Amino acid sequence: MLSKKQARAFFLGGTLVTFLIFIGLTIYSFSKGNDQTNRENLTADVVRGKEIWESNNCMGCHTLLGEGAYYAPELTKVVDRLNIRYDGNGEEVIKSILMSPSPWQLNGRKMVAYGMTEQEAGDVIAFFKWIGKIDLNGFDRVISPLAKEKMNK
Amino acid sequence: MKYKSQKVAYWFFALSMLLLVLQIVYGFVMGFARIGFDNLHEFVPFNVARAVHTNLLVVWLLSGFMGAAYYIIPEEAQRELVNVKLAYVQLISLALVGVTAIVGFHFNIWEGRKFLEIPRPLDYLVVVNVLLFLGLILTTLFKGKRQTTTALVLSMGLLFAALLYLPGMIPFDSQVTDSFFRWWVVHLWVEGVWELIMGGILSFLLIKLTGVDREVIEKWLYVIVGLTFLSGVLGTGHHYYYIGVNKIWIIVGGIFSALEPLAFLAMALFAVNMYRKGEKKHPNKLALYWTLGAAITSFVGAGLLGFAHTLPQTNIYTHGTLVTAMHGHLAFWGAYGMIVLAIISYSLPNLTGRKLYDSSRGRMAFWLANIGMLGMTVAFGVAGVAQVYLERKFKMDFMLVQKEIAIHFVVLVLCASIFATGIVLYIIDFYKHGRPTDEALEINE
Ligand code: HEM
Ligand code: HEM
Ligand SMILES: [Fe+2]
Repeated sequence: MLSKKQARAFFLGGTLVTFLIFIGLTIYSFSKGNDQTNRENLTADVVRGKEIWESNNCMGCHTLLGEGAYYAPELTKVVDRLNIRYDGNGEEVIKSILMSPSPWQLNGRKMVAYGMTEQEAGDVIAFFKWIGKIDLNGFDRVISPLAKEKMNK
Repeated sequence: MKYKSQKVAYWFFALSMLLLVLQIVYGFVMGFARIGFDNLHEFVPFNVARAVHTNLLVVWLLSGFMGAAYYIIPEEAQRELVNVKLAYVQLISLALVGVTAIVGFHFNIWEGRKFLEIPRPLDYLVVVNVLLFLGLILTTLFKGKRQTTTALVLSMGLLFAALLYLPGMIPFDSQVTDSFFRWWVVHLWVEGVWELIMGGILSFLLIKLTGVDREVIEKWLYVIVGLTFLSGVLGTGHHYYYIGVNKIWIIVGGIFSALEPLAFLAMALFAVNMYRKGEKKHPNKLALYWTLGAAITSFVGAGLLGFAHTLPQTNIYTHGTLVTAMHGHLAFWGAYGMIVLAIISYSLPNLTGRKLYDSSRGRMAFWLANIGMLGMTVAFGVAGVAQVYLERKFKMDFMLVQKEIAIHFVVLVLCASIFATGIVLYIIDFYKHGRPTDEALEINE
């Protein structure tokens, strides 16, 4: 029968080994050639966009990269999606939503009225476009409008 | 109770109950918003309600864990807490930091990072607070007469939980890296070090309630926490499948996260077997209900419902849908909510000297809360599966799908009312125990 000492060795040994592998894999996945986070295209606009995204807790209603809340639409491919729906005017529509002084509620659910400046809205769009170009291991095909087009044909 | 200083635990438990009530209130705000009654939008928009709901959850659980530690550590180490005054200072500062953060959320002062919305400056105060807590607990433990495995595992869990808070404070420019390290906090907490805390509390309760030999119980405790880390650390990969990092995580995360339910299965089997084996039948039946309930419900909520969406082939469709919310509720409730209520049910009679061991109100509280939460899980689950099919498989528009599934949120709110009734009864029971008193030192077993 297993003794308490052996049980403790199993705990300590297992923890140490998996933890070291975990650190190793983390370094591996951010090393050159394996990094697919689209880091090379990070611009000042994108970073400012991310700050606006964060300081307003947009993730408290929306998902992005599948993370966040489930109250409002996934925004990973939002520019593409709205371009299809509004004949290439996706960016304009996003701007008007973000700059609107009263809550946007096209589909019944209210969004917070942020009343952003044109510059701020532009930064957020830059952020969305950057997000849209990340290699998501196929997740983008499940949520993107292009997949939808294919389905309908 | 055996040591006067254990009394401080009572106040952590009381704070915990207060915050639980508030968490539920904000849950209802979201539930109603989803069925079209978003009347509070101007003051409490959905994202405020959500941040408050999940942060209060974390704080009431932490306050419960801290109370558990202040109760368990003196008893295990066989000495008084090193400094009781500082423990009260820690309690008050925890409450202040928590309340400040929650109030700030209402004024757009936060970081939009799921579960870690507390802004950076307050993070530092959290760190100071937790350091004070750890200092008190660890010095008590190491100055004590003995260092039991139960006490060591519990303290190790608390210490690692504090250390793992730090990666969440590093700033990143890239959303992907930000998210990557956010999971070091969120995932490695709930599927790692918090399981040590749960295991430590569970083991303490089983020793007290079943009378099974400490050596046997603590041996299995090591096996359980061993399984936890063996699967849970690399299991972090199940959050890395589709957020923009290397494919290696699809394989590693897929395999190891699929093993994670084993730790929860072991926990459930362990609790049930020790109960069967135990000679001593402790009269505190309510504590036993909550203890076994936690072990079993955590297996269902975390183990089974976690497994249901952890394979990459499934997760590509369920990632970021209400299926996740279904699992999140039963997992948090079963594993951490119920273990906190278990230690409270066990320790209250000992702290106050009132042996309300088996009131019918206490039983009703247990059953209503659990039936309500199961109902909520089903409601989230049905809504989630429908969402996956309509939105992800048939490519219907997000908002149209939301209109289709709104009916399930009516069911959610109904079940949430049953749940909330159970919690109210639990708190009435808590209140009826009265205040902790030194007289309880003598009335003990
Ligand atoms: C007590 C333990 C657990 C708790 C409290 C818990 C809680 C949660 C929560 C709150 C989320 C949502 C996180 C977010 O999107 O920010 C989540 C996600 C997830 N959990 Fe757990 N969980 C537990 C255990 C498990 C286990 C054992 C498994 C696997 C077998 C699992 C599998 C998953 C998966 C795959 C996701 C990601 C869902 C998605 O892609 O949207 N969980 N969990
Ligand atoms: C009256 C009871 C409750 C109601 C009506 C309720 C409702 C909700 C709603 C509507 C959400 C947001 C889902 C979304 O983003 O659309 C949510 C999130 C959440 N709630 Fe509750 N809740 C209640 C109680 C609880 C309890 C008792 C717990 C824990 C023990 C809990 C844990 C969570 C967690 C972890 C999340 C985040 C889930 C995720 O992101 O996947 N809730 N809740
Ligand atoms: Fe996880």
